[in-house]
Amino acid sequence: MIDTLRLTAGEARALLERGDVSGAELRAAYRKAIETRNEELNCFLTLVDGDGNDGVPIALKDVISTKGVRTTAGSKILEDYVPVFDSTVADRCKAAGLQLLGKTNTDEFAMGSSTENSAYGPSRNPWDPTRVPGGSGGGSAAAVSAGLAPWALGSDTGGSIKQPSALCGNVGLRPTYGTVSRYGIVAFASSLDQVGPVTKNVRDNALLYGIISGRDDCDSTTVEVPPVELPEAEDLKGLRVGVPKELNEAEGIAPGVAEAVHRAIDLCTELGAEVGECELPRSVEYGLPCYYLIAPAEASSNLARYDGVRYGLRVPAENYYEMVARTRDAGFGDEPKRRIMLGTYALSAGYYEAYYGQAQKVRTVIAREFDAAFERFDVLVSPTSPTVAFKIGEKAESPLAMYLTDVLTIPPNMAGLPGLSIPCGLSEGLPVGLQLIGPQFSENMLFRTGHALERAIGFDTVPERLR
Amino acid sequence: MPEWEAVIGLEIHTQLKTRTKMFCSCEAGFGGEPNTRTCPVCLAFPGALPVPNETAVEWTIKLGHALNCRVAEHAVFHRKNYFYPDNPKGYQISQYDEPLCIEGSFVVPGPDGDSEVRIVRAHLEEDAAKTIHVGGATGRIVGSAHSNVDFNRGGTPLVEIVTQPDLRSAEQAKRFLQLLRQTIVELGVSDAEMEKGTLRADANISVREVGEAGYRTRTELKNMNSFNHIARGIDAEIRRQIETWESGGEVVQETLDYEVKSDTVTPRRRKEEADDYLYFPEPDLVPLKPPADLVERLRTEVPELPGARIRRFEKEYELPYYDAEVLNGSAALAALYEQVALEGIDAKAASNVLMNDFVATGVDPAAVDGAELAKLIAARATIPRESFTRALIESGDPDFRAETYLGDTLVADTAELEPLVERVLADNPGQVAAYKGGKDGLLGFFVGQVMKETQGKADPKVVNELLRAKLA
Ligand SMILES: [Zn+2]
Repeated sequence: MIDTLRLTAGEARALLERGDVSGAELRAAYRKAIETRNEELNCFLTLVDGDGNDGVPIALKDVISTKGVRTTAGSKILEDYVPVFDSTVADRCKAAGLQLLGKTNTDEFAMGSSTENSAYGPSRNPWDPTRVPGGSGGGSAAAVSAGLAPWALGSDTGGSIKQPSALCGNVGLRPTYGTVSRYGIVAFASSLDQVGPVTKNVRDNALLYGIISGRDDCDSTTVEVPPVELPEAEDLKGLRVGVPKELNEAEGIAPGVAEAVHRAIDLCTELGAEVGECELPRSVEYGLPCYYLIAPAEASSNLARYDGVRYGLRVPAENYYEMVARTRDAGFGDEPKRRIMLGTYALSAGYYEAYYGQAQKVRTVIAREFDAAFERFDVLVSPTSPTVAFKIGEKAESPLAMYLTDVLTIPPNMAGLPGLSIPCGLSEGLPVGLQLIGPQFSENMLFRTGHALERAIGFDTVPERLR
Repeated sequence: MPEWEAVIGLEIHTQLKTRTKMFCSCEAGFGGEPNTRTCPVCLAFPGALPVPNETAVEWTIKLGHALNCRVAEHAVFHRKNYFYPDNPKGYQISQYDEPLCIEGSFVVPGPDGDSEVRIVRAHLEEDAAKTIHVGGATGRIVGSAHSNVDFNRGGTPLVEIVTQPDLRSAEQAKRFLQLLRQTIVELGVSDAEMEKGTLRADANISVREVGEAGYRTRTELKNMNSFNHIARGIDAEIRRQIETWESGGEVVQETLDYEVKSDTVTPRRRKEEADDYLYFPEPDLVPLKPPADLVERLRTEVPELPGARIRRFEKEYELPYYDAEVLNGSAALAALYEQVALEGIDAKAASNVLMNDFVATGVDPAAVDGAELAKLIAARATIPRESFTRALIESGDPDFRAETYLGDTLVADTAELEPLVERVLADNPGQVAAYKGGKDGLLGFFVGQVMKETQGKADPKVVNELLRAKLA
């Protein structure tokens, strides 16, 4: 009997290697779990009935193009869109023998922090189904948390891997920009989008990152990546841990979250790390507003291809411009429309310098602040999300309140830095995420740190109500 | 009445003839079944990403060298955003404020000296797909029943060259374009054919009174598909602007189409134009940083260009400007001329034969053995006209030898020709009488008759002399 709630991907791989289970048996176990719990949680938008592989099963966020398998990006405009090509990450998963279970729910075009912006209804948090699983990759995070998949891939622009991983009690990595190919990822904001793993533990995360990362000729922004090391460390001796004041004392951080994070920081000291305070004075103050200029600007351009001409939804009309307008009006939900308008405005002649141009300059300032912090520290820590999972509908009426849930994940993303979120305890019975931020290409160090902390914290990733 | 002067700048687009498209590995090229050379990238499927064609980058640098441009150490692709069915991504990947080649100049030699046209920039971008609007009166999107889009052309590498407003007449603009075209062709980077659309040019036009400082409002003229149309279109627009100013009106900034049939310009419909392209740096591509050694290597690969060659021909072969220009109408003709001239025959005579008789045969100059042709030209005075023409026609054959035709010497022997001349005169008593009555022009008629009798082999000089003597 396979307990999908507890089985890690690494363990599943070991079972397969020893011949204790077959690929088909593993798949059947996850399909069973999906049948039992997906109706309540709405994690999967499309299920796949076997793809010829018999390795460890995996779920992919529905912005990741899969050849022959519908890829909606959580949008009505792509409701019937079936890619004719695999994204590089899907291709690499296939090549590694992983079998695709299905495609997971996401906020429309990955725009959101709760999956409530999905055209296919919100996913629900396995720890409390009245709450959101976070977003945009809430489907992947909830699926891993509820044992519907041993691991999954998400995509992170402003926090869409780290934040749902935190809210669902998973380990989520947003890799260094340029280490994982974006080829075939439905684009949201090209200069920020990165694909990364959502897993039950840090070792699984490193394993999956090793499969998907590395230079891809189809994505000119990718680079060669140092070999991925599976973490073994049990202490943090010699590690210099920085606690950025602004990321830890930001307005809106819930006391229970701050407390859990403080306990984790104390653990760092106990494990032998040197802990000190540092400052990122402008990164937090300006990170979010700049993000909300750059990401919508790029999104407005990236979403221009959905014009009804070549694929996806088309609403017929008398002429081309009318057809495009009607198609986009019917196909896009409120959030993409909001961001297209914001972005178009930020790029308009006469406003470009003041908005988009200025935001890009601030981005450089943010990167320099982090660089300065990394002269003194190896890793920076903070909460991943200011709060634990919030109620479905709680922030749905206020875009600004929703945007603020990413206030702590956005600054490192703007600087192109990798971030690992690991569960560090509970508050109000819900998981709290600890964000570990490293310099570019420091994934191995983040895995080592995360692994040692994970062992010391001893968090049980299975939602209490499902145990 | 004031004297007017035109101020013209050109914007030229030339499609590079790389094997593959600018940002994907689809085959580039003209024609073909619609939508057979497409892929997720050039059809803008979700998640598809561009990868720059390195050959296209190198060829643009080469073209930049030919235009005496500075090659940027850091160049950036931008997105130019607008909606149109031939623009699948909703943006065109182009270059904006950091183009690959900047600040050049192009010298156009002429009979009265050089004229220099400053080049603002030469940048690399992707071509749009081809839209065919069906069922509309104008052939444009507005008013058409439906549109078909062929994405085969979409994504072909395109170089845009922008000049300063340094041209002062339609004729000058035309000559500039012709020489630029030939330069591009000789670089081997494009076929640059206006009929096929692999070379396109738009003109920015304004007029001002001679001596007036500064520029007046300019218009942009499009839709011209040949060098002649460009010249006529620019002329038509210059006329219109002068008339407008002289009748107290004001020229407004607008985009115009040249209508060939009526020889007039008409304003474009507003709706087809976007005013604000929302440019921003293409985040899917990293900046181009061409290494210095590559830039230098490409500089050495630029051959002697037609503009410079015209001047060298004038000097080295002491040819009139006109000859030098015509001989440089193609690299192959120029090369053949040099081969022939190097054989030490009279340079001007060789030029005359090549420019006129040879070009008239349509033989490919590249196929001709210059040394053999030189022998033929050197002996042309002793070969019958017909044989000479036949020799030129056959000069492109692989086994062409001049001596084959040198045996056909002219008959200059008076003993042989005299009876013939007498017979012709005896057969045409009426013409003889008329000639003697003062119709001198009939001499040519008698020469012609003798030539006919000899199948053109009679030496015309000797025949002339004999006829004059007999008719005296
Ligand atoms: Zn293509």
